[in-house]
Amino acid sequence: MALTFSGVVSSMTKEISLEHVWVEFGEFTAVHKANLNIAGGEFFSFLGPSGCGKTTLLRCISGFQEPTRGKVRIGGEDMKGVGPNKRPTALIFQNLALFPLRSVADNIAFPLEVRGVDKKTRRKRADELLELIALPGQGDKKVSELSGGQKQRVAIARALAVEPDILLLDEPLSALDLKLRQHMRTELRAIQKQVGLTFIYITHDQGEALTMSDRIAVMNKGKIEQIGDGRSIYDHPTTSFVASFVGENNVLDGTVLSNDGKVMQIDAGMGTPFTVESHPAGGPALAPGDACHLFIRPEALRVSRDDSSVNQFETNFVTEEFEGNMRHIMMNTNGKDLKLSLINDGTNAIDANSPVKLDFAPELGIALKPGELASA
Amino acid sequence: MRDLFYDLVRRNGMAVCIYLMLAVSIWVFLLIILPQLTMLDYSFRFNLPPAKIGGPEDVYTLEQYRYFFQGSGASDGINTLDIGILFKTLLSAVFVTIFDLIICYPVAFVLAKSSTGAKARLLVLALIVPYWINEILRAFAFRILFGATGVINETGMGIGLWDTPIDFIREDVALYAGLAYAYILLMIFPLYNAIESLDRNQIEAARDMGANWWQVHAKVVIPYAKPGIASGMTMVFMLTSGALAAPQILGGPSNLWFTQLVYQWFNSGGNWPRGSAYAMVLLIVCIALVLLVMRLFKVSIGEIRQ
Repeated sequence: MALTFSGVVSSMTKEISLEHVWVEFGEFTAVHKANLNIAGGEFFSFLGPSGCGKTTLLRCISGFQEPTRGKVRIGGEDMKGVGPNKRPTALIFQNLALFPLRSVADNIAFPLEVRGVDKKTRRKRADELLELIALPGQGDKKVSELSGGQKQRVAIARALAVEPDILLLDEPLSALDLKLRQHMRTELRAIQKQVGLTFIYITHDQGEALTMSDRIAVMNKGKIEQIGDGRSIYDHPTTSFVASFVGENNVLDGTVLSNDGKVMQIDAGMGTPFTVESHPAGGPALAPGDACHLFIRPEALRVSRDDSSVNQFETNFVTEEFEGNMRHIMMNTNGKDLKLSLINDGTNAIDANSPVKLDFAPELGIALKPGELASA
Repeated sequence: MRDLFYDLVRRNGMAVCIYLMLAVSIWVFLLIILPQLTMLDYSFRFNLPPAKIGGPEDVYTLEQYRYFFQGSGASDGINTLDIGILFKTLLSAVFVTIFDLIICYPVAFVLAKSSTGAKARLLVLALIVPYWINEILRAFAFRILFGATGVINETGMGIGLWDTPIDFIREDVALYAGLAYAYILLMIFPLYNAIESLDRNQIEAARDMGANWWQVHAKVVIPYAKPGIASGMTMVFMLTSGALAAPQILGGPSNLWFTQLVYQWFNSGGNWPRGSAYAMVLLIVCIALVLLVMRLFKVSIGEIRQ
């Protein structure tokens, strides 16, 4: 995609802040005290299962939903009572909501048309934007003549037509097929870098959130569970929900035996107690005797080379899923299922008929207060 | 055509198919085409006493149409009275149609986009219930409502808006109100159907991109609902210009609706050929007007069918 974009880069990227935002529909609380700041120029994602309140939060920012309590500020200004047509935001809908009766150029120029810009200027701007989204000279086509990915780009061009400060994207890639989705991830990120706008992205797809975002807010049942960059969300989840929702995880019920602030001893019913690091991100502290969830990612487990490694335990082979580059092996110890993911590099022979010894590094085990787990 | 028939037989069986074909044929030929053809035939004949029908004087003629254009006077005269009534009827029908559109569009929009489930069904029911009452009864009810001592005059004078009763009947207010009311559902439902299928996100997208409410309707909803608007307007216009009961009951004494002329020729005038000719004139002018307006607004008949 040719990214020659003149005149759109906004020097005044605006910060967004949500201050104690609650949204209630009758008895149902859709958003539960959301508190966060999004910096100007940031690519920020809300990640969560459907019904977690992320779309409602987006509608609060775009102005289609007034918070029951709390404030939405854009560039420091309170947005209460400011309609969606008066906010410096542009929303890209899940189904794109292109106007089927208008040509591609008339779609892109719609925001200019309603602002009374004359026809010639509108056309010129539409052509510029078509250039940006690598569809030059296609302005006279009907929307229905475009492919899925092209429609996607037209929707982006239409949103950028009046140089908004913030682009809001509501699962815009979910209707595309896998290959195109992966391609559009890269493109979206590139457009964002190019135009320097704040992107707020809603998704239930953790792959999209992790690959594109500067920061991610993981939501569940109206609450923001954790905010951080992709690495901290994946490597250092602070709640059981985040640990189980983002990526795959093995979860074991355990009891804390000791915690000296650096390492914890945990009995997870796997024979010898496990040693894991105390939470480096400063999650809720666990005291001896506390129940806990112990999370070990499938890729953190490894086949023991010798008998002296820490956190070593015996398992039995159940079944294997072969994915080509990866081997996903289901193991079982004392009635507990564990998933083990290994790179298919020819090593790691697993004997299906005799016990296998596995271990994991203390820094890769995450012990958290028991909480709600994401349903698979 | 043959494929269509075989497809129908395969799906529904021969018995159902024959029944359908027969029912449709009887409906179309016996109940629509045949009477209209007879009417057309009548309109080209002289009004003869029964004894002379079929005799040597019973020949085709343009006399009845000539009468509509030139009247009974000299051969170069113009029948300004009847032509005037036709124009006034058409103009009034256009006015009633536009009035209905203005009233019904907001109702249809709210019904289609703002109300859900039970609330929408209740609204639809509230719209339909008044039509369980006979059309003539409704017209008389309007006459009472708009009469010199009717609710409207009493209320208006009671709160001091005017001092002497307004003759709503003579001013044709009662007639326009009655006609607008009579066909309101035929406007609401096509509009509702058209707007209902519009994706809500389209409206929100337009809002989000800076359109005010007026622009949302002018640039997104109305263009999308155009076939529904055309269909509703066609139906209301055709039925209004062909209405008889409401003008008969609610019309002012000095004003005739064109259908009343037709009725007079058939009934008190006892001149069926002339009545037929007048009815044909009304039908052709109405169809021509509808086609012209559709062409002007670039709506095709195929679109209306949806």
